[in-house]
Amino acid sequence: MSEMSAMNRKVIQTLAETISKHAEHFNKTEVEFLIREFNVLLGEQTVSGRAVPGLDRGTFRSILHNIFGMTDDMIMDGVFRTFDKDNDSFVSMKEWVEGLSVFLRGTLEEQIKYCFHVYDLNGDNYVSREEMFHMLKNSLIRQPTEEDPDEGIKDLVEITLKKMDYDHDGRLSFTDFEKSVREENLLLDID
Amino acid sequence: MGLSLTRAAQWTPASSGTGKLESTPMNESLLKEILSFAEQFGSQHPQEALHVFQEPLQWSTTLMASDFKTDYDISDSDVQSNERDSEGLPLLQLSPPTVSVRSFSQLSKLVHLAEDKKVEEVQACLEENRYPVVKILGSIVASILQGEDTDTDVLSLVDKVKDQGKDSEVKVKLFLFLRNLDNKLLSKCLEEIAGKIRLDPTAVKNEVDSLKQSSIEGEKRVLKSIQYTSDYIFSNGCRAPPWRQVHGEMCYLVIEPCDTETLCVTCSTAGVFLNGGVKQEGEESGYERTSDVHRDLRTLLKSRSPHFAENINTQDFAVQEPPSTQKVQHVEPVDAEERGQPQSSYEQREKNVNENARQSLYKTGGEKKYEPCPRWRNLGLTSPCGEAEEKKRSKSSGEEKSDGIQKRKRGAGAKGKMKAEFSASSLPGRPSSQKIKTSAGSMSLDAFSESSSESEEEEEQPERRQESNTDLPSEYWQIQKLVKYLKGGDQTATVLTLCAMMDFNLMQETCQLAIRDVGGLEVLINLLDTDEVKCKIGSLKILRKISHNVQIRRAIVDMGGLQSIVRILDSPVKDLKALAAETISNVARFRRARRTVRQYGGIKKLVKLLDCVPNLASLSANQEKDVEVARCGALALWSCSKSTKNKEAIRKAVGIPLLGRLLQSPHENMLIPVVGTLQECASEESYRIAIQTEGMIKDLVKNLSSDNDELQMHCASAIFKCAEGKQTRDLVREYKGLQPLASLLSKASNKQLLAAATGAIWKCSISMENVAKFQEYKALETLVGLLTNQPEEVLVNVVGAVGEFARIPANKAIIRKCGGIKSLVNLLTGTNQALLVNVTNAVGACATDMDNMAIIDQLDGVRLVWSLLKNPSAEVQSSAAWALCPCINNAKDAGEMVRSLVGGLELIVNLLKSTNNEVLASICAAIAKIAKDKENLAVLTDHGVVPLLAKQTNTTDDRLRRHLAEAIGHCCMWGSNKASFGDAGAVAPLVRYLKSKDKEVHQSTAMALYQLSKDPNNCITMHEKGVVKPLIHLMGSDEEMLQEAAAGCVRNIRLLAQANRNAVLFN
Repeated sequence: MSEMSAMNRKVIQTLAETISKHAEHFNKTEVEFLIREFNVLLGEQTVSGRAVPGLDRGTFRSILHNIFGMTDDMIMDGVFRTFDKDNDSFVSMKEWVEGLSVFLRGTLEEQIKYCFHVYDLNGDNYVSREEMFHMLKNSLIRQPTEEDPDEGIKDLVEITLKKMDYDHDGRLSFTDFEKSVREENLLLDID
Repeated sequence: MGLSLTRAAQWTPASSGTGKLESTPMNESLLKEILSFAEQFGSQHPQEALHVFQEPLQWSTTLMASDFKTDYDISDSDVQSNERDSEGLPLLQLSPPTVSVRSFSQLSKLVHLAEDKKVEEVQACLEENRYPVVKILGSIVASILQGEDTDTDVLSLVDKVKDQGKDSEVKVKLFLFLRNLDNKLLSKCLEEIAGKIRLDPTAVKNEVDSLKQSSIEGEKRVLKSIQYTSDYIFSNGCRAPPWRQVHGEMCYLVIEPCDTETLCVTCSTAGVFLNGGVKQEGEESGYERTSDVHRDLRTLLKSRSPHFAENINTQDFAVQEPPSTQKVQHVEPVDAEERGQPQSSYEQREKNVNENARQSLYKTGGEKKYEPCPRWRNLGLTSPCGEAEEKKRSKSSGEEKSDGIQKRKRGAGAKGKMKAEFSASSLPGRPSSQKIKTSAGSMSLDAFSESSSESEEEEEQPERRQESNTDLPSEYWQIQKLVKYLKGGDQTATVLTLCAMMDFNLMQETCQLAIRDVGGLEVLINLLDTDEVKCKIGSLKILRKISHNVQIRRAIVDMGGLQSIVRILDSPVKDLKALAAETISNVARFRRARRTVRQYGGIKKLVKLLDCVPNLASLSANQEKDVEVARCGALALWSCSKSTKNKEAIRKAVGIPLLGRLLQSPHENMLIPVVGTLQECASEESYRIAIQTEGMIKDLVKNLSSDNDELQMHCASAIFKCAEGKQTRDLVREYKGLQPLASLLSKASNKQLLAAATGAIWKCSISMENVAKFQEYKALETLVGLLTNQPEEVLVNVVGAVGEFARIPANKAIIRKCGGIKSLVNLLTGTNQALLVNVTNAVGACATDMDNMAIIDQLDGVRLVWSLLKNPSAEVQSSAAWALCPCINNAKDAGEMVRSLVGGLELIVNLLKSTNNEVLASICAAIAKIAKDKENLAVLTDHGVVPLLAKQTNTTDDRLRRHLAEAIGHCCMWGSNKASFGDAGAVAPLVRYLKSKDKEVHQSTAMALYQLSKDPNNCITMHEKGVVKPLIHLMGSDEEMLQEAAAGCVRNIRLLAQANRNAVLFN
């Protein structure tokens, strides 16, 4: 067993070395710990005993929920999509470390890219009215007296577009997004 | 009906919240009118009655489920109407005790159902729905319609609201119905009020006309002028705006009597009285009654103007009936109603006809005008600009008021404080206006601790809220919508909304007030107490902008928002800290806010923010943020430092060294608040010492050469305050600060900067070495040039500096050559006491030069200085008296000059009754000079100068003693004055003066004693008091004068003793 863990340690160290070259915001030790954490999480997941290439959507979402306190389904899916760069529905070890690197330590630029990707639900490089509506759907508390709660959301979407859509094409391009976030940092992880 | 409800209906005092309608006859009739309108609406206008209200009218009813019949779906106690809107929601819903109704048809039915309780129901409905029109039509439509001119026809109204929804036509019709009702109600109110009439418009008009004719024309006029404030006459003969007519007021007059000030008079049905000054319509404050109510104009004028009362009876009033009949004419209720109202009620009837024929009119695009538009315009729809103006007015009047309080406080006898304020008020801006807060006793104490002299010090004046929500800009509604989302959104929506709100021009008053008025301020402040950093940042970003508005600041403090902001200063997030500090710097512009900051430990926290390293060559991003935080902290401290207690708190929190470190920063935006704080605090002795010992003078001097005017100004002003101390003055010279100060004089266009720079030069020039240095830069020539056409705060300092410069003989000639004497003498006619003190000083200093004196004499300067002895300020009196001394000394034919000033000698003798030692000393010195002329001395003696001088001899003030003894010495030269001094008991105290440690006192006392010793009785007294021993001691002095006087005195005593002995021996 000790042999096993010793070997493991060695493997992890080499892994860490390679990965930390890509994840620029973590040092080697941090990467090592993240890999360990990844393995633990992966271990919890493999109930069936079958080896899997990484964390699946459910596990990843529960991590986001438990550790980072995210609640919005839509956003969590988006985050998963962003982490899962190769679109194989699993977050691999490499993806895990690199994703976290941006998520936790990224520069403004990286985070802008990252967030835009999260919001761009269909991956067409635009955040459309509909996508925005979906994301803001639950953001207003429904008031019984309100005629149509969706009206408020629509209005909110319009307000957002008015603020951020610089080229006035009715949707947010990455340039729009970047420009408005640079102007007002607060807009980063809302929309 | 909104207008008549807000204006005419008599609400119980709590009218802002859910007030109750008082049960007055007028309200009852109003209710009946509204009730019948509601009752008949369903049947008369079936189409419009179906319109679904924008918001339901809700109130707590006394109706039970059992009261409802068919057409209603009754389950248990709840009732729903079968009639539903397009979305299937019932138009009437009752869940006891609340009922909500959403259409007029349901309203009518409900009123029918209520039977005998219907009046109560309507009343409850109105009480709980203060703005029914808004609820019925929706706020946007209501505002559009009410904002429209009444001249506009139905079609264009429909046009206006077309884009607000498909059923706009119905809305317009509904609105017109409601407005019609409103008119009806208002005119009914007027009728009702008119019923109580005593005076009526015709009577007033007659009286005014007769007064105009017989009083103003002709030789023996009794009045200068009499005018109406408004030329517009309403149909009922009144000139007052409708909402004042409701109070029974008919017109306003401005009357200029011959002998008193202008009177602003209100003529109301109840009588004639003075008002607060109605000049133009729309100024609510002016309408207040400020005098008793008089029966008619004539009686009022008689009581106010003696001239009028005297002449009115002698005048031949051909045109006018005798007062008795006039009285009868005035008190004529029935007549008044008939005469005052017929036209308007006719108009009313006509309009009703037109209303009924609306359909046809509507089709033809009728050109019917519904009302004379002034009425609508005047009914509370003040334009934003007009209101702003009014606010300004009310603000300035508030300031006047508090200035009054200030004066009273001064009068209450804080002389020391007054002295301090003299130097303070020479700073830019007016003396601080403070206000005694009555709510808590301890607060008034606090008020005394204020020291600020900043012009931005502001008042807490009551503010008039906008009374109707009409005529509001579109921003208002957009902001209202945003606030709604702010209230109901999760954090994502909140941040989005906050960002959207930031896009408004938050520096604009309309937006600022809109945020407050729609309840946004509460939400923003609530957000500060959440854990969401982003929300807090967003909220603060908005608050820091809108807190530039005075009213918003007050509202923030009132809502307890300042506590939350202070709490945020502890946050680990730097952005938050910086924003919070910046917001505090805006909010803490008034005293109560500053106190709050202190009481919640804000000063300590702000001082903590200052801890950073500002002067590193390269900063990491993190350090840069620290510097930004420190900058905001300094800004906040700057605002806070206007309270004395806060200055103390900053000192206790060890803020001074931190400020000293920040002072080394190379950045202007950091330096300005830091130096601003320092110069504000430099009013305290402890700070002045600290600024000097912490080596800040060097940095202050360095920044004098900055190219930022504001920074230069604060630096100069800090030096101004600190240079009271000699060491500081020397340091300024050592650090080569005098040259930049002198070069600042060229920036004559920036008056604040000029005031600070001249102030610093003034104080620095108290040291002679500095004056010499200044001369290298030709500062005096420039200063003399600044003696004309400058604001007072500059003049005070310039003149102060000139006075200091003039102590060097060479400079006196320079002043003369530059034409400074004339400018100085011209300034003697001013009223600013601080300025007068300095001017007299300077004139006195110049007068020591013979050539200068000739010019002063020629310009009649002595008379001007002399007349300043009448100034109520003791400081002016004394400095004027000091200035007189060299004038009298150096004037050609001084005696004649003094005599030519009628009453001057009496004036100066009377000032010996003053209780101020400095005044007494200066007057004594002047008397000593005057008494050199025998004739004048005779006059002085006649005015009783001897006993008055003798009375002061018991003083212990060495300065006074010296001049008093000098005066006594000189006054001995006339008639029996020597003996009189002895009789008045002046000799014994003088002997005691010889024990004083002051050499000057010895000299003048010895002279006086020598003169007095020429009277034998005085010699006896002196000898008894043991004068010989100290005199013999004085004979050993180096001063020849002193030697001579002492010896002469001893000789006189000795001679007397000799004579006495001889007499004994030889008789």
